[in-house]
Amino acid sequence: MRTICLYFQIHQPFRLKRYRFFDIGKDHFYYDDFLNKSILRKVAEKCYLPANQLMLDLIKTYGKQFKIAYSLSGIVIEQFEQHAPDVIESFKKLAKTGCVEFLAETYSHSLASLQTSNEFEAQVKLQTNLIRKHFGQNPTVFRNTELIYSDEIGKRVFDMGFKAMLTEGAKHILGWRSPNFLYTNTIEPRLKILLKNFRLSDDIAFRFSDRSWNEYPLNAEKYVSWLNDVDEKDEIINLFMDYETFGEHQNKETGIFEFLRELPNRIFANSNFEFLTPTEVAEKHQPVSPMHTQYPISWADEERDLSAWLGNELQDEAYSKIYQLGEKVLKTKDDNLIKTWRSLQTSDHFYYMCTKWFSDGDVHIYFNPYDTPYDAFINYMNVVSDFEILVDKALENPKSAKKTTVKEIAAETKSTTAAKNKIEKSVEKPKKKSVTKKKNASATKKATSTTKKQVVKKKN
Amino acid sequence: MKVLMFGWEFPPHISGGLGTACYGLTKGLVKTETEILFVVPKAYGDEDANAARFVNASEIETIGTQVELEKLWGNISFIQIDSTLVPYVDEKEFNLCASIETVEKHEKIFRHKYDFTGKYGANLMEEVARYALVAANIAKDNAFDVIHAHDWLTYAAGIMAKRVSGKPLVIHVHATEFDRTGENVNPSVFNIEKQGMEQADKVITVSNLTRNIVINKYGINPEKVITVHNAVDFQGQEEIEIKRNVEDKIITFLGRITYQKGPEYFIEAACKVLKRCNNVRFVMAGSGDMMKKMVRRVAKLGMGTRFHFTGFLKGVEVQQMFAMSDVYVMPSVSEPFGISPLEAMRSNIPVIISKQSGVSEVLKYAIKIDFWDVDAMADLMYGLVTYPSLSKFFVRKGQAEVNSLKWEKAATKIRKIYNQVTDDNKNITNI
Repeated sequence: MRTICLYFQIHQPFRLKRYRFFDIGKDHFYYDDFLNKSILRKVAEKCYLPANQLMLDLIKTYGKQFKIAYSLSGIVIEQFEQHAPDVIESFKKLAKTGCVEFLAETYSHSLASLQTSNEFEAQVKLQTNLIRKHFGQNPTVFRNTELIYSDEIGKRVFDMGFKAMLTEGAKHILGWRSPNFLYTNTIEPRLKILLKNFRLSDDIAFRFSDRSWNEYPLNAEKYVSWLNDVDEKDEIINLFMDYETFGEHQNKETGIFEFLRELPNRIFANSNFEFLTPTEVAEKHQPVSPMHTQYPISWADEERDLSAWLGNELQDEAYSKIYQLGEKVLKTKDDNLIKTWRSLQTSDHFYYMCTKWFSDGDVHIYFNPYDTPYDAFINYMNVVSDFEILVDKALENPKSAKKTTVKEIAAETKSTTAAKNKIEKSVEKPKKKSVTKKKNASATKKATSTTKKQVVKKKN
Repeated sequence: MKVLMFGWEFPPHISGGLGTACYGLTKGLVKTETEILFVVPKAYGDEDANAARFVNASEIETIGTQVELEKLWGNISFIQIDSTLVPYVDEKEFNLCASIETVEKHEKIFRHKYDFTGKYGANLMEEVARYALVAANIAKDNAFDVIHAHDWLTYAAGIMAKRVSGKPLVIHVHATEFDRTGENVNPSVFNIEKQGMEQADKVITVSNLTRNIVINKYGINPEKVITVHNAVDFQGQEEIEIKRNVEDKIITFLGRITYQKGPEYFIEAACKVLKRCNNVRFVMAGSGDMMKKMVRRVAKLGMGTRFHFTGFLKGVEVQQMFAMSDVYVMPSVSEPFGISPLEAMRSNIPVIISKQSGVSEVLKYAIKIDFWDVDAMADLMYGLVTYPSLSKFFVRKGQAEVNSLKWEKAATKIRKIYNQVTDDNKNITNI
């Protein structure tokens, strides 16, 4: 029996509000709460809730035969907690069926995997804790932000204890090889690699309602015939896509829900495919070869590389600034600051600064709050400037800074104490914090002044 | 003495310094017992012809606009012509009735033309031509002694008015094509400018810098070209107290982000300063065709958290920006005059201005540098934020200096020019 592996990504960033130069130093709340809430509610009503219900119905109908996998960023779970607890409940119901696997990823859907610091590991830990808390599962398969993958990243993922990882079946990596097999990491062959079949995935995710497509309209029958057309020796077809495909990117009037409802039925009736979750795929199938990937790949845009987030001057500057701050931020041991820092790492912020709009503009402008990449950059850098001031203040005077930031960022964290606790758990030595802070106030001060000197030296 | 004056913009609808200058000048002239008939098109083009936004005829012909403008302008009456062109007529405390009668006449004439050409201002040149056409009609229907045209957009209108009426023409050069574009002049703009200057009885330039350009690049007889420096009018501006948002010193560039204003030199200097001290932030306020390039450059130099862009600032925001600044820099590559340093000085900020600006001819207590001398600029920026005494000196002296620049002085000079050209004109006609 051959395998189909369905996996869906769920993520919404904390979009920033219009933050002008004049706000720097005065206003320490960076998010557009109203926009974030309204987008989240809209997508919940159009996609998450009806799609979850549909999945639940399918699982009820086919029992253990129908299986799917999800990956939720920590940031989106946080937003569900705030604005859409009903969505969390419906995911919990799915989790209980035993037919749904939740994957690990970075907490803030960040590019931390490209950094050498252990921020990557820290974020993965945060996200898996959150998954465990809500869905009672301990993720064993990893999928990185936007399926970013390289040999190095794979090695780090294995070291964190994961058995398998998902990525793009990028043509420039595969060459003549087919994505429809299990591969392994080059450095660490014990890490299995599942590759997205981008043609069959994108037929649903991007082309489903495209009237200029010569295969329009697509129905389950036709789609299954394509599955059957795949070479008999091929073992796995990985269909990876944004969950928002159902009801949002393809709205319900296109018939996407009917398609999805009919698909398993047709597959069971007319083909020799079965559904498995990524963990089961990795266990059942034998890897055919290592997949050598020296430079990072992703599932984004035509290039399938990092150029959606990094590469132009704006993105490089924003990206390097936020990670440069890392050391200082962690030194403050201030939960709110660390949390804000992580949410500023969300890859979407860099995505909005992308200047290669021509082929993939549609995806880039989706939910994009900015008119131009330049606006996105200016806004982001203003926020980072203010954030840097907060961090510096916190380092200079841990006690008072703590007070003010807690007050000022109260609005941001009013969400739930639960969300706060979860972060505290993950940050090392959280309970000692207040004590050490008082004691080491002068010591920290010294440390700051020396770091400052170092900065000056560097610049000179 | 009655003057028919052609402008392109007028407060509150201003996109640059021209409107402000026209406003100050007319206010000054009124005090010299000069009556002014001020004509501007409703839809004004920004200097970038591509960005020109023209309001369509139906929108203009609403009573609402008229009432609104009347409120704004109090005793100033204005004529409403259809299409994209609307002259405001300043008849100095005259009542409305007379001018409203003329409205209909204009409308009829213009309607006729509208039917004939069949389209409205597809480009700026067309607007200029249409403006000239309307000008001829206004010149025919109104009595006046002198025609005064501001900047190239209105030169054609001035020439037409002169032909129809036989009255002397004074053109006022606030900027030339060389200032706007460097050496890449647009030949048709150049030709309009040259023609305007040649046909004029007198050419007024806002600085000696501009006077030299008019003489050297346009080949105009130096005797005909007179410099009248701009002034500044702070009436009606309230002092605003702003609480600073950051502890760092703020060095500001405020103006259109275009070639003419030299934004890239500011950025390069900023980079040099930031290498030496860390307690300073830079702000580039404004928008323009070079903005994207500048944002990229700042990112490339890696000073994104120390160099901020605010976008276009209007009204109070400009005051606010000045109030927050510690140093103002105007690194213009070519600035015929440049009023913003005066506004900065008035807000108690020391200014660094380029020698290639007209305003540097009238200011003593401003630091002057060559626009390309990035090292000097960086050095001075550093000095002004680091040594308070230096900054204090310029603030104290600058405040007094800027308050002595009055539009009345400029108006008196211009009034003399009017007298001269009308006398010459009379002599010619008498002969």
